[in-house]
Amino acid sequence: MWDYSETVKEHFYNPRNAGAVEEANATGDVGSLSCGDALRLTLKVNPDTEIIEDAGFQTFGCGSAIASSSALTEIIKGLTLDDALKVSNQDIADYLEGLPPEKMHCSVMGREALQAAVANYHGEEWSDDHEEGALICKCFAVDAVLIEDTVRANNLKTVEDVAHYTKAGGGCASCHEGIEEILAKVLAEKGESFDPNAAPMPEIETTPETLAAGATGMTNLQRIRRIETVIDSIRPQLQMDKGDAELVDVIGDSVYLKMTGACSGCQMAAMTLGGIQQRITEELGQFIKVLPDTELPKAQTEG
Amino acid sequence: MKGIYLDNNATTMVDPDVVETMLPYFTEQFGNPSSMHAFGNKVGRALKQARQQVQNLLGAAHDSEIIFTSCGTESDSTAILSALRAQPERNEIITTVVEHPAVLSLSKNLEKEGYKVHYLKVDNKGRLDLDEYKRLLSERVAVVSVMWANNETGTLFPVLEMAELASAAGVMFHTDAVQAVGKVPMNLQDTKIDMLSISGHKLHAPKGIGVLYLRRGVRYRPLLRGGHQERGRRAGTENVASIIALGKACELAREHMEFENTTVADMRDRLEQGILAAVPHSFVTGDPDNRLPNTANIAFEYIEGEAILMLLNKQGIAASSGSACTSGSLEPSHVMRAMDIPYTAAHGSVRFSLSRYNSMEEIEKVIEAVPPIMAQLRKLSPYWDENDPVEDPEKAFAPAYA
Repeated sequence: MWDYSETVKEHFYNPRNAGAVEEANATGDVGSLSCGDALRLTLKVNPDTEIIEDAGFQTFGCGSAIASSSALTEIIKGLTLDDALKVSNQDIADYLEGLPPEKMHCSVMGREALQAAVANYHGEEWSDDHEEGALICKCFAVDAVLIEDTVRANNLKTVEDVAHYTKAGGGCASCHEGIEEILAKVLAEKGESFDPNAAPMPEIETTPETLAAGATGMTNLQRIRRIETVIDSIRPQLQMDKGDAELVDVIGDSVYLKMTGACSGCQMAAMTLGGIQQRITEELGQFIKVLPDTELPKAQTEG
Repeated sequence: MKGIYLDNNATTMVDPDVVETMLPYFTEQFGNPSSMHAFGNKVGRALKQARQQVQNLLGAAHDSEIIFTSCGTESDSTAILSALRAQPERNEIITTVVEHPAVLSLSKNLEKEGYKVHYLKVDNKGRLDLDEYKRLLSERVAVVSVMWANNETGTLFPVLEMAELASAAGVMFHTDAVQAVGKVPMNLQDTKIDMLSISGHKLHAPKGIGVLYLRRGVRYRPLLRGGHQERGRRAGTENVASIIALGKACELAREHMEFENTTVADMRDRLEQGILAAVPHSFVTGDPDNRLPNTANIAFEYIEGEAILMLLNKQGIAASSGSACTSGSLEPSHVMRAMDIPYTAAHGSVRFSLSRYNSMEEIEKVIEAVPPIMAQLRKLSPYWDENDPVEDPEKAFAPAYA
């Protein structure tokens, strides 16, 4: 049995806004029958204000698909179309107090139904731009298609490269066999073979200049500010557990934190760092390593 | 409220008699059967008795044909890999598309290592085409591995006949019989089956114990080498308490064989008829005329299995489903797909598997609980309109792939 949150169960047992909306003027049909999840979202939009006055769903799918549909309709009712489109799949998952990694695609489906319905309202046809593959990395919910595309686009050759670009394999490492198989397949297309001993791609030079012009388009200072904002947003949770975290330094894609109070030496510290890492990575749209300050390179601490 | 457990093809309750029989082997009878002293000696004799109890249930000619393993999966892997290693000149395998992952995943992996695997297809009732099978048998085939009974539908394969055909062609025959043992009477000494897998927890013994039946004289290479346990055919200190439990469970299974095929079969039939009569757009999958007495697999159209299971579970009813979502995979059960069950039904397939511990009273409760659950979920389904499916469902709702 999946480890569903109480909120997921509650929305599954008592779904809100089930059924088609009467006088709907926008419909979004998305999903995949082979996967066993499909959703029709109907909206009643006020043509003058573009406010969603009513939303309803019909879902063929599992418990979390029904709960995600229910959550989506609750979130978007009363929003303008523009504001509704800002709702991310993470917002849906957060509303439900989290979804198991295998089930995150249910929240993605919710967001896509919304895009499809808004397109339908504007008289446009929505076409999906992503394909979903078998889930490879369960720690970070990364599927085979994303890994394969990333390997191909960036000419990746090692498991470390894949973890660096997609996060897949960066957690418990159980999926490394699956990642190696994808690498072997893509490399074989180019007539190359997978070499488990190949050196990972050189890390990007991390001088302040390259950082300023980095992929995120942010200056280093902007980046550090964003990181601090994320840490500030997590701080109340840490303080609830009588702990705290302090930003010590940012070197390239490594963020060094000093865990204080109950967090320091806590067995959960590594997990907490992992959670912070995920938040910062999402916020910056770039893979970031979060490390305890004890990992700071010697020259930094001594110099 | 006490739950109603209808998921016995997944695992079974350990019989209280079995528990009682095994308990002393954790405490006062803790000896290693290999030891010379009295502590070990008694345990050795108990193991011998357990081996005979398994032998009796299978109708094997010799008790030395019973090799204790850790599980059904280990037995399957041991059998198939042994056949390949013992006959390096043969590099083909014949199996079926509906095998358990214990055989299917291994086969897929062996393909990567260069072996040629033939997967026999099934028709829409899950039956094999024996002509196709006969054509594939050749001196290139190292082993045939075909399940005796399918875990999802209970459909029985004609393994006795298939073993005869394999034998005539000089090919080894293995069957994964984890679902059949204890429900289908067997007398292996009168068959051409060379190897057979058992899993203890499917017949009221604990988890973590299995058996590989290995006919005397069949060429064999161990998976685990080490000590002399199991006559050197499966090294590793014996899981004594569980072996003794499995022996007892086999004795009890023999006593209840008749009961399984009459009383349990009657409960299954009542459950199936009751549900089909009350829920429109539902049907039995597999081959109803030729299956295990305890299994009913019913597909409920236009709804999804995990949602069904969650609502059943809320009422204390345990079953399982072939939907993609229950396993976190992207496709519904390979068994449903192999039978060409449409997606709108395959995802809604629910397996009810009974045991001798169920009662007709429980069955009636389930028959009452099921129809409202299906109605509740269909109300949410985009394929459903009031009391019937929408007209031309697959056209009326054809979502963009996402």
